[in-house]
Amino acid sequence: MIEQPNLNYVDELAGEDIEFRNQFITIIKDEFPLEKEEYHGHVSNKRIKATAEIVHKLKHKFNILGMENSYKLAVTYEMELLDGKNGSESKFNEVLETIEKYIKTI
Amino acid sequence: MNCIIIDDEATARAIVRQLCSKIPELDVIEEFDNAISAIKFLNQQNIDVIFLDIHMPGFSGVDFVQTLKEPPNIVLTTSDTNFAIAAYEYECIVDYLVKPITLDRFEKSIKKIWGLTTKQPKSIIESKQDSVEGDDLYINIDRRLVKLKLNEISVIEAKGDYIDVKTEKEEYRVHTTLKRIKEKLPEKLFLQIHRSYIINFTKIIDIEDNSVLIAKNVVPISRSNRPELMRRLNLL
Repeated sequence: MIEQPNLNYVDELAGEDIEFRNQFITIIKDEFPLEKEEYHGHVSNKRIKATAEIVHKLKHKFNILGMENSYKLAVTYEMELLDGKNGSESKFNEVLETIEKYIKTI
Repeated sequence: MNCIIIDDEATARAIVRQLCSKIPELDVIEEFDNAISAIKFLNQQNIDVIFLDIHMPGFSGVDFVQTLKEPPNIVLTTSDTNFAIAAYEYECIVDYLVKPITLDRFEKSIKKIWGLTTKQPKSIIESKQDSVEGDDLYINIDRRLVKLKLNEISVIEAKGDYIDVKTEKEEYRVHTTLKRIKEKLPEKLFLQIHRSYIINFTKIIDIEDNSVLIAKNVVPISRSNRPELMRRLNLL
C-alpha cells in the first residue's frame, strides 16, 4: 500500500506562520500538476535523461510531503533510468496519482 | 548577514526563505531559479552567504561555484550527499544541508558560518572590535553609542579633532580622526578621495572635474586620490 502524503514538515516549518503555509500549498498546487505532466510527456516520448531529471525534481516533493518510502522509490527509479531501465515506473506513477488526489484536498 | 537563495524549485526556495526568516540576523536579499541570473547579480552586490542547490538543469551548482572569482560562504542544499561531499573540495563551501532541511540543522549551519566569520585574521578583528559590528558602525555621541548602518553613510569629513559623519538624513559630529575611522570602514564601500574626505563611492551621483556629488554634498577630489577613484568606478 502506498503511504499517504502529509503536511507535517510544512506545518513544523510554518509554526504559526499561516501565510507561509498557504503560500507553500499554493506553490505545490501550482507546480506539481505541471511537473507530473512534464514527467508523463518525457516518458511517452522516451526521453530517458529528461525523465530522470524530472523524477529528481519530483522526489523532493515526496520528501516535503513526508513520503519517505516513496522518496526511496524515486531515488531507485532515477538510478534505473540513468541505467536505461524502468522497473519502478508503475509504482512511481501510483505515487504521483496519490499526491495529485491529496493536493486537491488541501 | 545577507544571503541569496539559488534553487530551480520554488518549493525549495520557499523552504530556505522560511528557515532564514527564523534567524533575525539573516536577510534574504534575493532568490534565483537559475545560477546564471545569480552570477549577474553577484557582479553588482556583495553577499555573505549563498544557499545553493547543486542539482540544477543546464548550469549546475558546481559549475556556478567554479565561475566565482571571490566566492562568499556557500551552503549547499541537496538531496544527494555524494554530490555534496565532492563539492567540499572548494574552500568557499562551508556546509551542506540535506533536503528536507530541518530548522535544527539549519541553525547549526548558520552558527558554523558565524564561527568562520569570527575567525578572521587577528589584525582585522582588532581594528573592528571596539565599534564596528558586521554592517553597522557605532559612534560615540554625548556618551551614547549610536548605531549607523554603514551603507547609509554617504560622506565623512574631517573637522580638526572631529569628523562629521553624514547620512542622507542626519549628520553626526564625532571626536575622532579620519585616519582612525578609515581603518574601521570596509574598502569595498569607502574610499578616501581627499585628505579631509572619505566617501561611500556607491552613493556617487556624478563626478565633475575635481569634485564628486554625493547626496547633497559636493566633495573635492585630490589629485593624488583621483587615480584610485577612477580605478574603482565601473567606467563605460
